[in-house]
This record gives sequence, C-alpha cells and structure tokens, in this order.
Amino acid sequence: MPEHLPQVAHQFEDAAQQYETATLGMWAFLITEIMFFGGLFAGFFVYVLGHTQAFAEGSRHLDLALGTINTVVLLGSSLTMALAVRSAQQGHRNGQALFLALTIILGLVFLGIKGVEYAHKFEQHLVPGPQFQMEGSHAQSAQLFFSFYFAMTGVHALHMVVGVGLLSWLLINAWRGKYTQTYFTPVEVCGLYWHFVDVVWIFLFPTLYLVARHA
Amino acid sequence: MSTAASDVRTNYLNADYSVRSWLFTTDHKRIAILYLVSITAFFAFGGVMAGLLRLSLLTPNGDLVQAETYNKLFTMHGITMIFFFLIPSIPAVLGNFLVPIMVGARDLAFPRINLLSWYVYVLGGTFTLVAAVTGGVDTGWTFYTPYSSTYANTNVILTALGVFITGFSSILTGLNFVVTIHKMRAPGLTWSRLPLFIWAHYATSLIMLLGTPVIAITILLVALERGLGIGIFDPNLGGDPILFQHLFWFYSHPAVYIMILPSMGVMSELVACFSRKRIFGYNFVAFSSVAIAVLGFLVWGHHMFVSSQSMYAGMIFSLLSFLVAIPSAIKVFNWTATMYKGSIALETPMLYAFGFIGLFTIGGLTGIFLATLAVDVHVHDTYFVVAHFHYIMVGGAIMGFLGGLHFWWPKITGKLYSEVWGRIAAVTLFLGFNLTFFPQFILGFLGMPRRYHVYPPEFQFLNVLSTAGATVLGLGYLLPILYLTWSLFFGKAAGSNPWGATGLEWQTSSPPPTFNFDKTPVVTEEAYAYDSQLEGHRA
Repeated sequence: MPEHLPQVAHQFEDAAQQYETATLGMWAFLITEIMFFGGLFAGFFVYVLGHTQAFAEGSRHLDLALGTINTVVLLGSSLTMALAVRSAQQGHRNGQALFLALTIILGLVFLGIKGVEYAHKFEQHLVPGPQFQMEGSHAQSAQLFFSFYFAMTGVHALHMVVGVGLLSWLLINAWRGKYTQTYFTPVEVCGLYWHFVDVVWIFLFPTLYLVARHA
Repeated sequence: MSTAASDVRTNYLNADYSVRSWLFTTDHKRIAILYLVSITAFFAFGGVMAGLLRLSLLTPNGDLVQAETYNKLFTMHGITMIFFFLIPSIPAVLGNFLVPIMVGARDLAFPRINLLSWYVYVLGGTFTLVAAVTGGVDTGWTFYTPYSSTYANTNVILTALGVFITGFSSILTGLNFVVTIHKMRAPGLTWSRLPLFIWAHYATSLIMLLGTPVIAITILLVALERGLGIGIFDPNLGGDPILFQHLFWFYSHPAVYIMILPSMGVMSELVACFSRKRIFGYNFVAFSSVAIAVLGFLVWGHHMFVSSQSMYAGMIFSLLSFLVAIPSAIKVFNWTATMYKGSIALETPMLYAFGFIGLFTIGGLTGIFLATLAVDVHVHDTYFVVAHFHYIMVGGAIMGFLGGLHFWWPKITGKLYSEVWGRIAAVTLFLGFNLTFFPQFILGFLGMPRRYHVYPPEFQFLNVLSTAGATVLGLGYLLPILYLTWSLFFGKAAGSNPWGATGLEWQTSSPPPTFNFDKTPVVTEEAYAYDSQLEGHRA
C-alpha cells in the first residue's frame, strides 16, 4: 500500500483517484436529482396541455418582480460559489471564506424572498386546500397549478436549505485552513451541487412564472 | 504470503467482535452481512403473509380471514417482498460483498454512504413495520390513486414514507456501485475483463439511479395529497389518477429488472464455473444487461393496456415490450451454449442455476403473452399475471439469490455447508415452487381474478394444489436457514477456493481480510479462464 496522505481515505490509492471518484459520485447523484425533478416537470407539462387557460391564470397570480429578483440573486450566488472554488484551488484561505460566506448570504436572501412570496400566497388564499379562493372561471384547475407551484418550489427550497447547510460546514473548514491547493475536493463537489440547484431554478422560473403566463 | 494457514489469519469477521464494531462498520463485507440479516427478517415477515393468504384461499368462502384483512395481507406481502427483500437482496448482500473484491479494490468508493444506505433501509423498514402493526394498509403494493390518496382508511402515509425512505438506500447503493466500477478497478482490469456479475450490477445500478428518484417524487406527491390536500392526482381538483400510474410504472417496471438483472449476473458466474468453460459470447451477455436496463425504461405502458391509454400507445408499448425478449433470450441461449460440451458438476449452486433457467424461461415467455394487447385484455388482473411475475421474481430472482448465496457462502463465512442438504433444499424448492404457481397460470386463464378473498367453488381444486405447493415451498426456504446457520458453527473450513473457480474473489482467503487483498492484485487475463485451468483441476 503506498504512503497515504492523511486526507486520502483508506480505500483509495492516491489523492487523484479520490478526487475523480468524489466528482463522479456527485455527478451521478445529480443525475438522480434530474430524474427526481423530472417527474414533477413531466406532470406539470402534461397538465399545461389539458388546463392551458387555468395555468395561465394561476401563473399571472405569481409575483414576477420577486421571482426575477430571486433569479438574479441565485445567479449571483453561482458566481460567488465559482469564485470560492477558484480560491480553494489556489489555496487562498480568506478568499474561500469570503466567497463561501457571500454564497450563504445570497442563498438565505433567496429563501427569505421565497418565504415572503409564500406568505403572500397564504394571505391571498392561493394555497391548495379547503380555503383556496380565486376569482375567475378556472379556479378549480388553477388550484392544480398552485399544487405544482408549491410542490416544485418547495422541493427546490428544501435543496437550498441542504445547500446552505453544506456551505456552512465548508465555511468552518475553510476558515480552519483545511482546503489547500492539493486538497479542495469537498469545495468543488459541493460547488457542483450548488450550481445544480441554481440550474433547477433556471428551469423553474420560466416554467412557472413566464411560459404559462402567456399561454 | 508466508502465513499459509488461513484459520489463524485476521479476517473481516474476527477483526473485532464488539456490537459497536458492527453497527458503525464501514467495511462493505460487514454491511453485506447486516443487510443479509435484515432482508432475511423481512423475507420471513413477507413469507408469513403469503402463507396466510394461501391458507385463506384453501376454501372458496375465505373462511380464515375477512376481506379487509385479506387486502391488508396481500398489500403487506407485496410491499415487504418487493421493496424490502427483492430490490435489496442480491445487490445489497452479494453485490455489496463482492463488487469491491471482484474489481480488486479495498472497499466501495464511499464506505460511509454504504453504511448510511443500510440505516436508511432500516428506518424505512421500521416505518413500514409500524404501519403494518398499527392497522396495516390495503391499497395493494401499487398504491393506485385515487383509492390510495382519497378513499383508503388505512396507514397509507406511513407506509408510503417507508417506501420513499427505502428508495434512497437503493439510490445510494447504485451510486456506490457505478462509481466503484468506473474508478476503483485494479490495474489491468479492463471493462472486457470484468466478471459478468459486475456488468449486471452496473446495469442494475443505472436503473436504481434513473428510476428510483421518480418513484420517490411520485410517492411523496401521494403522501402530500393525503396529508395537505394538494390535488395532482385528485380528479376533484382537475388532477389525473392515470398520471400516477404512468409515473409509478416508469419506475416500477424497470424495478422488475433491478430484481432480475443481478440474478442473471449470478447465473453467468455459476454456469461458467460449474461447466468449467469460458462463458459463451461474453460481449453479448454483458451488453444484454445494459440493453435490458435501457429497454426497461420504454415499456411501462404495458401495465396500462386497460387503463384508458390510447390504443396506439398500447401498440407501441406492446412492441417495445416484445423487444425485451431479445436480450433475455440472448442470456438464456448463451448460458445453454456455455454448458454445451462443458464438464458439468451438479453441485448445489448449479442446481439453482438449472432451476433459474427453466423457471425464468417460463416466466419470460408468459410475459410475452401479457405484452400482447388482445391476450392481456383477457388475462389482465387475473392469477395468470400473479403466476407470471412469481415465475420471474421467485423462480428467477430468488433462485438466483439462493444460488449465489450457496456459491459464495464459503467465501463469506469461510465454512462449508452440507452438500446433501443443499441439494435436497434446491430440489424441494423447485418442486414446491412449480406446484404453487403453475396451477395459478391455469386459474388465471380460466378467469380467476387476483386480489379477491373469495372465489367460485369450481376453482377450489387448483387452489388447494397451489396451497399445498406453498407448504412445500415454505419448508424448502426453512432448510437453508437451518443448515446454513448450522454450517456457521459446525461446518468444515472452506479454504480460499472450494469450487476451483476463477475470479479475484477466489484468490483471497476465506473469509477475506478487512481490506480484501494483502496487496492490490494485477489482472492479466479475462474473467473466465476456465479453459486454461481445466487440465490441472479435473485430473
């Protein structure tokens, strides 16, 4: 058995193998995530065909301004995440900590705005269930739109919460100087996850806020 | 290796005896044992359910249990056997144990995730068991909406959560295998030198990764619909219950291949070893696994021929389902061709292999009947379907599991079981199985519907035959539990290669050391070099 660096786990031959394995593992996991969200998207598009008018009406009740702001916030967090990975690769401890912290803050801003949107929906009785109320002729089917809205953005928000948790863990380790030019795998792998969650939103935003609205 | 005596070596079993060392182990071999114990428990639980069902069906009036109880029994039988026994059986036990050894690695790529998968499995199982003992669930293992989401008054949410959680253990196992097979192979172990067991597990893992998330989100939506009133499958809110069927079968048909593909991988190892021959048409057997995995995602609509699906969709799904027969037949013919002029030894694992080939062929061919639109309308939801999938699942998957368990038992435990009892059990199981399920083909063809606890008196004779067979089958399952356990304490030491098999797992000691090999093996030849070995071994 070759001499092991302390951060190389026992099952690997060397750091390069560990890095490749971890990255492939995350990509494989992200593929499962695509299928997970894919089920929701597939259902949504099937129903758009059957309830075009109702979904358009439902979509027009979403807050386009807040949705757009959130898209910008999330894209910004992708930038800071990429910069954090770059800092880790170059071994800049302060850069890592700064950009990870910024990413966490932007993630929390996104969740906060999402919370405000949810609160408005509760006040306007747009949450599916017995108290659901909406004027117009398509109230019944529009409720279906909001079922999808809450299921899809809810599951996405859950992924954001997990992401913020992961980044907080990275931040602590980065501050302790654990990630160096020779060992930055966790930062890169969590970065992949964070970018993926952003990309999901890049599909959710037009699907829910833009496309259905103009149908 | 200076210490030749294998009984004094430190191995994965005697390295540490504490409970803690088992519950917090990251050794893939110990996790395989944890899984073996858990799935055996679930198998026994599901088996008792099946026994009660068959007892109740002895008489046409269903004298043993009431209709509601009967519904709960067949639901719990299906859920337990499919999600908690068949899906994890070979991958999580034999695959967990063998994949790293067969690729010449010290462990899986992510050992802690491997342990996590077992805990996730146990958690999901606990949910389901709690649901079972606090009132049960009566939706059938398929959870069809709107019954499951709106009308059923049983523990649907709890059971659904159990299945949802367990799905993640399957995803984690598949992820570990894919990454391990890609990145952890020993020097010289090219893709075309991999054992076919590995190819089968690779294909299985792809299905686990691509299919399981879809059932996860589907089941979650059913639970949300019951719990929070969102209406994606609820017709009252404009939802469509048929969408549930599409999403459900998009996973659950490929899931059938999660259960059978690993068995086929075991088969390739058994047939080559006990025929002392190279596997015939290695590339075809390897790629037929991948072909089954891919085609498996394109056939889900054959479960919905009578669910208001368009006739044209039905025709396409029917045609695509026929295509699955091609890679399946390639495997069966290649195993047969491997045996041709081979030096066949009728050891216990090989008896299971023979059983598999016969029963899988019957199960597969009746699958073609069911994929035929017109025939399916006649036999849909009858005992013909029940018999068909039990021929695949019990006759195929479980025969493969038991064959593999007997083949690798000496490697896993370092002990030899009684060959005589092994053969008696294999033959008992084969006879009991056919007596149980062959009459069900006839019952189904005559029109007896599944999932009813009463039936017209003229069906009683065949039902009595089936119940008698189930008794023999139950006895057959009891035997391996007894003599395999016995072998743990009183069995003879196995030695590193009792069958004279090729493959990396037979080159390390039995039981293997914690990190599998003393030094990383270097592979210089294909997996089934029995031809070159034949001279020396059968002298």
